[in-house]
Amino acid sequence: MSAAIHQVATASQTLPRVSTRPGSAAKVRSGAEAASRSGIWVAIFTITMTFAAFTSALFVRQGSGGDWVHFALPSILYANTFALLLSSVTLEMARRSVAAKHMIDSESVPLISLWLFVTLLLGFSFLVGQYEAWRQLAAQGFYLATNPNSSFYYVLTAMHGLHVMGGIAALVFVMGRLAGTHAAFRRSTFESTVIYWHFMGVLWLYLLLVLRTKL
Amino acid sequence: MGKLFAVILVIIALASAYPIATHVFVLPEDISTHGHAIDDQLSDTMAEAGFSFLGAQLVLAFFVWKFAERKAGAKLSNIPGGAKLMVAIAFIIVGAEVFALGVLGQKAWANVYFTPPRADALQIQAQAGQFAFYFRYPGADGKFGAIHPDKIDEGNQNYFGLDPANDVESRDDIVTGELAIPVDREIHLLMHAKDVGHSFYVRELRIQQDFVPGLDLSVHFTATKIGKYEIVCTQLCGLGHYNMKAYLNVMSQDDFEKWLKQKASEQ
Amino acid sequence: MQEVSAQQAHVHAPPETFLRKYVFSLDHKVIAKQYYGLGLLAVCIGMALSWLMRFHLVWPNAHIPGLELLSKAGAPGGVITPEYYLSLLTMHGTLMVFFVLTNAPFAAFGNYFLPIQIGAEDMAFPRFNMMSFWVTFAGFIVLILAFFIPDGPPIAGWTSYAPLSAVGKDAGPGMAWGMNLWGISIALFCIGSLLGSLNFIATTLDLRAKGMTLMRMPICTWAWFITACIALLAFAVLLPACILLILDRLAGTSFFVPSGLVISDRLQPHSGGSPLLWQHLFWFFGHPEVYIAILPSMGIVSHILINSMRKPLLSARVIIYSMMSIGFLSYMVWGHHMFVSGMNPFSSLMFSFPTLTITIPATIMTLVWLGSLYGSNLRITSASLFAIGFISMFVSGGVSGFFLAQPSIDIVLHATYFVVGHFHMVMGVASIFGVFAATYFWFSKITGRMMNETLGKLHFWLTFIGTYCIFMPFHYLGLVGNVRRYSSFVDDFMAPWLGWHKFITISAFVTGGAQLIFIFNLIYSRFKGAPASENPWEATSLEWSVPSPPPWNNFGGKHPVVYHDPYQYGVNGAKGDYIMQDSPEPDPVGS
Repeated sequence: MSAAIHQVATASQTLPRVSTRPGSAAKVRSGAEAASRSGIWVAIFTITMTFAAFTSALFVRQGSGGDWVHFALPSILYANTFALLLSSVTLEMARRSVAAKHMIDSESVPLISLWLFVTLLLGFSFLVGQYEAWRQLAAQGFYLATNPNSSFYYVLTAMHGLHVMGGIAALVFVMGRLAGTHAAFRRSTFESTVIYWHFMGVLWLYLLLVLRTKL
Repeated sequence: MGKLFAVILVIIALASAYPIATHVFVLPEDISTHGHAIDDQLSDTMAEAGFSFLGAQLVLAFFVWKFAERKAGAKLSNIPGGAKLMVAIAFIIVGAEVFALGVLGQKAWANVYFTPPRADALQIQAQAGQFAFYFRYPGADGKFGAIHPDKIDEGNQNYFGLDPANDVESRDDIVTGELAIPVDREIHLLMHAKDVGHSFYVRELRIQQDFVPGLDLSVHFTATKIGKYEIVCTQLCGLGHYNMKAYLNVMSQDDFEKWLKQKASEQ
Repeated sequence: MQEVSAQQAHVHAPPETFLRKYVFSLDHKVIAKQYYGLGLLAVCIGMALSWLMRFHLVWPNAHIPGLELLSKAGAPGGVITPEYYLSLLTMHGTLMVFFVLTNAPFAAFGNYFLPIQIGAEDMAFPRFNMMSFWVTFAGFIVLILAFFIPDGPPIAGWTSYAPLSAVGKDAGPGMAWGMNLWGISIALFCIGSLLGSLNFIATTLDLRAKGMTLMRMPICTWAWFITACIALLAFAVLLPACILLILDRLAGTSFFVPSGLVISDRLQPHSGGSPLLWQHLFWFFGHPEVYIAILPSMGIVSHILINSMRKPLLSARVIIYSMMSIGFLSYMVWGHHMFVSGMNPFSSLMFSFPTLTITIPATIMTLVWLGSLYGSNLRITSASLFAIGFISMFVSGGVSGFFLAQPSIDIVLHATYFVVGHFHMVMGVASIFGVFAATYFWFSKITGRMMNETLGKLHFWLTFIGTYCIFMPFHYLGLVGNVRRYSSFVDDFMAPWLGWHKFITISAFVTGGAQLIFIFNLIYSRFKGAPASENPWEATSLEWSVPSPPPWNNFGGKHPVVYHDPYQYGVNGAKGDYIMQDSPEPDPVGS
């Protein structure tokens, strides 16, 4: 799945380099740019559907077994949540810096790169924190197969983590484009990455709510 | 070649309908009290489906006969009424069928599933496992002993995992490999799966119900005709699926009591 | 490279290396051919498996030379064991449903013609497109591997009901690594299909040529688009189901396996799972999958029929809206596969109504096709024969749906050959007829050569009559209560009906043999067929405005502009009785 998402963000590298023309992104969106935009929304729809399926499985499973045991979520999850939400803010700052420029020049690159770098760090710290949460649960004796709650905990967080990794790959790709000949930087790819990253935050909030109320 | 298509299609349509119209292929005679409603529903549906089938195939054949490979420059025309007529026909004809079959026909389903078993129905438990059915009668106390999966031991013929040493209720339970039932008496069959999914299907009884592991279901029915009928598994359950069978033996009340006594003494 | 406009840009440079040209190609046309080839390979294997099954059903003890080489345990001395029969059955179903019926009409022809028909140079995400094929191909290889591992292929059927599929080797031969491979293969297939569908949707929405409004898209483009929308939802649910199944099998979780199961004398170390959960997830995918298989063929058949009739359908809109409503309703009916599964009996009624309702759009489509034939001038070609054959098959397979949509009748017909006949006819044969029609129709565009019509018509007659001989009797046998998925009917209730099974088996061999004509025709015409012009069928849509075969960038760098609805037939155009979509001639008066 992570590979799939990576491709969502990167596939448009083969698309025409039109967005670097001054003002083009703001005025007319080309077919390819629009496709990149629809592509990311369709991907988000699919991922939503996948997690909806997991969630409904969770509801059915809770009702079927009579072996549902509640456990307390590791508190580090809240710190992770904060990191992920903060990364959305920093990425939004990067997006605004890009949007403010008609043309990306070497002057604006450092600031954008900085915001992207902070986003990336926060994204990594989220993943590390999620891993730490697994370790804490394992230390309490909750493994993947221990009970249905822990099974769902691991499955949902792992699936979300994989998708976040896809987002990180996309961020790295965008940063690479920005650092190289920034003529290769495309707004449509960047904007799709931003939308995807925000979605990862929203998806996580939803999962946290499910984990919090159900597990 | 359009005419050839039309002729062949008419032959296929009529040949397909012939065995149905002449009742060559019918389910074995119904021996249940609820089955006639299912049979009626089946034949009503057959009439409507047959009408749709023949109608559509013959019209297709006729139109291909008439309109294929006409002379060059033949005048094109549209069917009177156009698409609106088609949509209207679909809504009216199929709507009527949906209504007739869907709404009125639910009675047959309700007969089976929405009427609870009578309080005096004879309770029998059926257990399906790879690849045999076993049946259990509660014995004189009218109660089934609890099932302990860890005590299941086919070698010692403890198919249900009973624990007669500690469990009084299980001591007089009668376990058999055939389902004997008295005629004209309602049976409440409690269904338990030992391992994987199976199904209980008796064609003559017009009963088919899956055994779902972890979910004990039940069906109830009354057989009206003495005789021996095949019980087959219809849910793919593994390598011996094709051979997973048992017999339903419908007996007179007297024969049934004799049979039960004899089985009890064999336990 | 010339100046590119925003609307039509070069999506990729012309491929140069062998690998880029033929293997890891980004060109949607090459990817389409790869999908078609994969489908062809899968259908050959799937059909060979069905021959083995049919053979075993009527001559259970006969020796099949060479079979012991494929599986020593499954066919000792060349005689198929009951468990190997189930392996064949599982692999037949999985190959056919996933790798044939999803790949050929949707992924293959959709990939080739959707971009050209909307005037695009390629799919929106060519890299995705390439990945989607290779991930699917990996899924295929993983599935086929099951034949060659000591454990053998799984025996749980293509539906892989839990807990049989979820408990590992205790469940029987093939249920250890064979079943794992199945789960991995299907998970890969899901990913491949999701990537493909995403591409179809983005391409249709955003890469249409100037003037190509949504309602000016050919009906088959609509069908592929709607199918992509359905597939996106369906595979997004099957994927999590596969992941949970694999975890149950490999990580010891209990999503689908309840407590207290004793399998092969071993108390299973699972607790609390729900077998019905698998069924719900599987059929939530499984029913829409039926429409993923049939909708593209509906679109293809409409497209070809219009061209052959030389007049538009009574209403293209009605067909498109019907396909949409079928797609929508397909998500509300999955429970009709579970009427006797122990689901709440009230739910059965809730699932029965939309199932019956789906016959309304299906009937509307049938009547529009039939009504459009009236007053037409139908040209009989191999393609149009398969198109009208499709209508006949769709009706025959469709009416048996009336029975199975009703829970009360399903009590007696569930899990019988009636069901097998029903879905083979409507989902299998009808949709394959669409693929045949498409192949005869578009072969000239794809290869630049015409397919041999005489062989094509011979192929049609044998296939048309043959499939009726196979699948009509399936319905009859189901009506007397013949249970499916049995490897033999020795010594039982079915004894009097075995003659019919023999008849079916012989028909299957003859009909299957007739497919060799098709394969010969494909190969022969590819090399020796008469050269095809740009527009041999005097058709109107954009794929016929480009050379046969089209250049790597489809329109040779030109940007087609669309002026008309897709089906301007029966008019006085400059070229004849039709006006092409990109012809600047004015719309004929009154159209």
